[in-house]
Amino acid sequence: MSWMVWTTPTAIFFSSIAAMLAGMTLWEILSPTVERKGFLPISTTRGDRLFIGLLSAAFIHLGFIGFTTFSIWIALALSAVWLLVLMRWG
Amino acid sequence: MYHLENTQQGEKYNTIFSKEVSAKRRKRDARSRLRSRLLLGLYLFLMILPIYWLINMSLQTNSEILGSMTLWPQNITFDNYTRILTNSSWYMGYVNSLLYVSMNMVITMLVALPAAYAFSRYKFIGDKHLFFWLLTNLMAPPAVFLLPYFQLYYSVGLFDKHIAVALAHCLFNIPLAIWILEGFMSSVPKEIDETAYIDGYSFPKFFVKIFIPMISSGIGVVLFFLFMFSWVELLLARTLTSTNAQPIGMIMTRTSTASGIDWGTLAAAGVLTIVPGILVVYFVRNHIAKGFALGRT
Amino acid sequence: MNNNKVQNNRAWWLVLPMLILVAFSAIIPLMTVVNYSVQDVLGPHARFFTGTEWFQTMLNDSALQAAFLRQMIFSLTILAIQIPLGIGIALIMPKRGWQASAVLILITLPLLIPWNVVGSIWQIFTRGDIGLMGWGLRELGINYNITRNAGDAWATIILMDVWHWTPLVAMLCYSGLRSIPEAYYQAARIDRASKWAVFRYIQLPKLTNVLVIAVLLRFMHSFMIYAEPFVLTGGGPGSSTTFLSQSLATMAIGQQDLGPSAAFSLIYFLVILLVSWIFYTTIMHMQKDKNPQGGA
Repeated sequence: MSWMVWTTPTAIFFSSIAAMLAGMTLWEILSPTVERKGFLPISTTRGDRLFIGLLSAAFIHLGFIGFTTFSIWIALALSAVWLLVLMRWG
Repeated sequence: MYHLENTQQGEKYNTIFSKEVSAKRRKRDARSRLRSRLLLGLYLFLMILPIYWLINMSLQTNSEILGSMTLWPQNITFDNYTRILTNSSWYMGYVNSLLYVSMNMVITMLVALPAAYAFSRYKFIGDKHLFFWLLTNLMAPPAVFLLPYFQLYYSVGLFDKHIAVALAHCLFNIPLAIWILEGFMSSVPKEIDETAYIDGYSFPKFFVKIFIPMISSGIGVVLFFLFMFSWVELLLARTLTSTNAQPIGMIMTRTSTASGIDWGTLAAAGVLTIVPGILVVYFVRNHIAKGFALGRT
Repeated sequence: MNNNKVQNNRAWWLVLPMLILVAFSAIIPLMTVVNYSVQDVLGPHARFFTGTEWFQTMLNDSALQAAFLRQMIFSLTILAIQIPLGIGIALIMPKRGWQASAVLILITLPLLIPWNVVGSIWQIFTRGDIGLMGWGLRELGINYNITRNAGDAWATIILMDVWHWTPLVAMLCYSGLRSIPEAYYQAARIDRASKWAVFRYIQLPKLTNVLVIAVLLRFMHSFMIYAEPFVLTGGGPGSSTTFLSQSLATMAIGQQDLGPSAAFSLIYFLVILLVSWIFYTTIMHMQKDKNPQGGA
């Protein structure tokens, strides 16, 4: 395992992804998702919205890191808000 | 041959609408058919040229290759081939490549068939996302994954074993196999499954005895793709092997030495890498020609 | 995907073996690459946490931006050539008899040649002294040199890729065409439909699915193109034919800069992921919209 050169931040990152997937599965078992149309141009399920949210979060982070001098925490906060908006109204 | 086919075609038309077929129409069809044959011939000719050149060079000695421009070999020699086929350090490259390719085909088929069946017949939690995730594995840039791959397989003790390359190639071959098989399976009506279950077949028995024969041409097509992508891949195969399981593509690089490139041997080795592929296409040609639109239409 | 599927979570058991195998090869290396991307790895015990520094450097690296742009131009060019050409060839291939088999076998030849051998074939073929094409062009008085002239190198790589991969498109389309029942054509003949109408309303709709596979495969593979240009031109002259994978490989293996190359490959992966997702979703939704009206 040492060759994988783990660091605390990446470990937290992957654990939270895994936790999200587990949470989504549990939620799906308790109350199955219904495909619906929100403000996005396509009708989506919860899982689709999570994926879109995560992918756009990745690009938000890249944009902040690459082209601004703002702290990465602002990008994280922004992504979290965006993810919530997407899950609720997307 | 051409004339014969044309009349057959004409007869077919006649049976459909007997009086409407005019001589003019038949003539126009014949002309457009001739034109398309010519275009196809031109394409095939241009396509074969580089391969012809390789074969041409493989039949010459190095002095003839470098000496003068000859469109076909003046003194045909098979030395380049005998050198490869009698030297175990050369021909073992082919054996190694064929070994890991066939291992990969077997492993991929064993796990991809049930998975593709699940995707084509059932809805389950996360099915669509799982399917898309599989496809993303076709686009992972191999160049940077090489070092992690090397370390992963080294740490589990598989380095320089054929099975390591076979497992690594599963990364892109399993998703591809599932993708194509799912299409074929979706075009088999679901009623067949239900009837078989009512008749008392268990799932494994139904799958092997009834379902697999029904999608045999799909399996043929998939085997072709599995062979193709595993046979032609070199980056991963090269990284995961050193001496025991070295692929032929890697052994070929030894033709270029400090004293120049051994063109004749390089060309002969190149020609020999094409041969297994030809055999595979020959076996699956009818499955491909039978046609597949990959279900879901 | 068709709509009459049964909800059954036990289907996961059928998927599980495949999942374990693919995850072993996909997820562990991916995690490692993510770990590399936030560190400066000098050796197993000498490494430093760098945070987002590599991402910042890579996003602003002009050489990589140039490689990215080149890659996009290359991928779009070969798609624009290969897809129409492949469809065209599929349309004129013989439909039955020994000719069909012979053409099929001949046409798939380039697909079955190992990628580095493809590079070697074209390297030999285009050499001015011993290659038919290089020699022929020179005899015709054309100043053709792929090691000096960037334009020649580009044209040759595109030609090589078209030679290498058009057969895949043609083969997939040919198979798609063969699956159209003869009755469709007969109906069109009775209606006296033009050739174009037959193509537009009978053949093209049936080809959609194979074309999705062809376009996605070609797009993804062209982004990973490595061995062929590496053998043919070595990325030169200068860096005019250095595509993404080669820039990455030079960084990762040549210079041992694991951190930056890992960061860059993640950016690259995200871009491909986005493009493929948009494409895939669009196609899937188009099909879904079509199906309620009685199918395509």
